[in-house]
Order: sequence, then structure tokens, then C-alpha cells
Amino acid sequence: MVVISALLTQAFQMALVVLLAPLLSGFIRKLKARLLRRQGASLIQPYRDLLRLLRKDVVLAENASWLFRVAPYLIFAVTWVAAAIIPTFATGLIFSWTADLIAIIALLGSARFFLALAGMDVGTSFGGLGSSREMMIATLAEPSMLLVIFTLALVAGSTQLSTIAAFMTSPEVGLRVSLGIALIALIMVAIAENARIPVDNPATHLELTMVHEAMVLEYSGRHLAMIELAASLKLLLYISLIACIFVPWKLAALAAGPAAYAVGMFAYLAKLAVGGALLALFETATAKMRIFRVPEFLGAALMLGLLATLLLFVSRSL
Amino acid sequence: MNGLTFDIAHMLAGGLVLVSMMMLYQDRLYALLNVFALHSLVLTLSVTWQAFVQDAPHLYMTAAIALVFKAIIIPVALHRMIRQLGIHREIETVVGIGPTMLAGIGLIALAMAVMLRVTTEADPLAREDLAFALSVLLLGLLTMVTRRNAVSQVVGFMSLENGLVLAATGAKGMPLVVEISVAFSILIAFIVIGVFLFRIRERFDTVDVRALDDFKGRRRK
Repeated sequence: MVVISALLTQAFQMALVVLLAPLLSGFIRKLKARLLRRQGASLIQPYRDLLRLLRKDVVLAENASWLFRVAPYLIFAVTWVAAAIIPTFATGLIFSWTADLIAIIALLGSARFFLALAGMDVGTSFGGLGSSREMMIATLAEPSMLLVIFTLALVAGSTQLSTIAAFMTSPEVGLRVSLGIALIALIMVAIAENARIPVDNPATHLELTMVHEAMVLEYSGRHLAMIELAASLKLLLYISLIACIFVPWKLAALAAGPAAYAVGMFAYLAKLAVGGALLALFETATAKMRIFRVPEFLGAALMLGLLATLLLFVSRSL
Repeated sequence: MNGLTFDIAHMLAGGLVLVSMMMLYQDRLYALLNVFALHSLVLTLSVTWQAFVQDAPHLYMTAAIALVFKAIIIPVALHRMIRQLGIHREIETVVGIGPTMLAGIGLIALAMAVMLRVTTEADPLAREDLAFALSVLLLGLLTMVTRRNAVSQVVGFMSLENGLVLAATGAKGMPLVVEISVAFSILIAFIVIGVFLFRIRERFDTVDVRALDDFKGRRRK
């Protein structure tokens, strides 16, 4: 009985992340449009887009290999699993004991690997260009992310997200400058990983700047739907990750019952809304940087990760 | 030692180190000045907190001096100076930002390694304050070394002085006279440097310090 309810909760979490992801993208787009004094598409436009794409035929290049057709499903599945591990409204879900933060990074890394391969598969120049840029970003973003995780693991004594969240709510955390720096570094990495504005523009098709869009240019129909959904799922994943680590309040404990779950749900929605709003605000306030400045930007994230680890030595354990 | 007291002091002093790192990252003059103003603001907050914790009213005076002179007057004056010199579009570092920041991290590690070992008997608050202050100081020196432009070298010098003030407030019982004299000597130094900047500019049509080397007949690469 316990196992069944645990599985049900986990299934609910998986359904929740997939259902919420397009809504979050729609919310951010709408808010950005409103901030620019435009009307903007409706909140549920991403759902409509996905449905329309699912109904359409797939146009495949003649020289596309099996990899090109398999990659969208792989990317989506891998991202979904990663998103299912993160405690969104409750800690201690059944999946979260099988994989930790490092596994999440590995999952996202393999999704990126397949995306870059698929970008090069058809052999158009745009795909290759996008893939090479994506890999350049990845070589710096992943070590920064890992350094942030090391810092968290050193503070909390675990890489398990549920344990970290539980530790973060306990009074022994206090204010630590390492954690603040780790938060900044994590936000920088999240912006780069999700192809958001200072690094890449999600709404452009200008060959000088695009990274993610260049890789998926050859996709159409249901394949494109899978990739779009995976991209918005990844954004949701990063926002929930930041929320779970740095603002883990009102997360329901293991098997806490429906009332606690409802509170956790509400808090989670509020956190997502705040995160999305901050992202939209940030994106309207900054300009896209040159692609050659991205290594500097991510290098700074890497340095911050390193600095966070260093400053742990002068924290309260002194 | 109360946990929260330590935490807040720790956050503020650590924030100062972080802002020093941000200073290393900037390569535009106006941005550098804004970060310097932020640096002084964080210093003000840190000193105010120390004054509150140590129950030392004269430290409020130091905080006020830091706020008025370093966070407002000097950045505004430098802003005007840059505009008058017509160098507000200048971008200048000797080596790239990546290596500079790596060197900065190395210096912070050095400061930690030295300070934590030397001050084993002191109380934790003073210990971490001293470690952070030494890092800020070294980062200020690094800013001075890695910049070609005389104005940003001045900014590096000022941030170094901020590190000194942080160290002084962390150590209990620094008399007010010393602090005021330090603050005034910095101010005088600033004025002298400002005068010299204009002289350099008049003579060489630039504030890039490499021009001075040419003048001496010795060429840096």
C-alpha cells in the first residue's frame, strides 16, 4: 500500500512537470511581451503550438539517419527523467533515492549530446554551427555546474536533493557567503544551459546568434514538438532545482498526506511564477552578448563556483 | 558567539570579496566605477554591522566616512574626470579576463591559507574578517597590476584601501584618529593622483601608462 501511494505520488510529479512546462514558457513569453508593452500570445499558446505540431506531417531530409528520428524521443525521455528526480512539491519521492544531482547533470549531458549529434546528422551548415557552439558552451557550463554541486555537497554532506533540501530548511545552515555565490553561479549556468537571452535568444532565427535554434532547424512535426517540450521541461527543471535548493520552504515531507501536498503544490506554483517573472524581467533588461563573450561569462561562473568552495573554509566551522 | 551575528558579518565581508572579483571582471571604465561604488557601499554596511556588534560608536563614524567619500564623492568625481578626459569608451586590460580571475582565485586561496594559519588564537569573527580583508587587499593590488589605464589603477588603489579599513574594523580597538587620518591621506592621495592624471594627459594625450615607458626610452612589449 505504501509502495503504491509512493508510486502514485511519483507519477503525479512526472505528469505535473510535463503539464506545467509549456505553461511556464507561455507565462514567461506573455510577461516579456507585456514588459515590452505588447499584447503577447495567450498563456496556453505553447500547448496549442505543441498540438498543432503533433498533428503535422514530419518532413525528413533524404540523408537523415535513424539517429535523427530517434534523437527527439531520447532527448525528451532523458530530460523528463531528470525532471522527475527533482523534488518539486514534496521531498523523498521514490525516484529521488535512485539518483542524485550528479546523475541529473549526466542525464542532461546525454540529452545535449544527442541534440548536438542530431544537429550534425543531416549535414546542413546551420546544424553543425549550432552543435559546435552548443558544445563550446557545454564545456564551460558543466564544470561550473559540478563545482556548484561540490559546494552544496560539502555544505549539506550529500548530493541527494531530498537530503540537501531537508538540510537547507534546518537552522544550522545560516547565512553563508558560499551559498550566495553558488546561487549566482547556478543562475548563470541555468541561463546558459537554457539558451536564454544574454547567451542565446530563444526567439531568433538570425544565423549570427542562434545556438539552440540552429541545431533544431531541420526538425518538423512531432519531432519538433518533442524537442520544444524537452526545452521547456529543461527550463522548468532548472527553476525547480534552484527553488528546491535555495528556497526549499513548504516542501512536503515524505508521505505527509494530501494537506501537506496541497500546501507544497501551492508553494511550488508560487516559486515557479516568481522564478519565471524574474527571468522575464532579467531578459528584457539585458542585451544579448556576442558569442565570443560567452566563454568569459561562463568562465566567471566557473570562478564563482571555485570561490564558493574556497570560502567554505572561513565559514562557521572556523 | 551568536550564530546570526557571525553569519551577517560573514555575508558582508564575503560580499566585499565577491565585489572585488566583480571589479576584476569589468573592462569598461564606467562599469568599473559603479562596481567600486558598490564595493564601498558593502564596506559601509560591513563596518556598520561591526560597530553594532562590537558596540563601538566611533566605527559608525568610519562607516559614514566610507559612505560619503568612497561611495559617493570619489565615484562621482572620477565619473566627471573620465568624461573630461574623454576616455569613457576605453576598454583596457593587460591580460585576458579569464587568467586575471584565475590569478584572483589563487590570491584568495593564498590569503585564506596564510591568515587562517597565522591567527589560530583569535576569535572567529576577527579571523574570517582578516582573511577576507587580506583577499580584498590582494585583489585590489591585482586590479592595479592588470590595468593599463591610470584611472582604473586609481580605482584598484581605492579598493585596496577598502580592504585595509575592513581589516582595521575587524581588529578591535582601532582609535578613531588613526581611521580619520587614513581616510584623509587617501583623499589627499586621490586629489594628487587626479592632478597627475591631468598632467599625464596633457603631456602624452593619453592616460595609458605604457606611454610613460616610451618616454623613458624603455619599451614594454
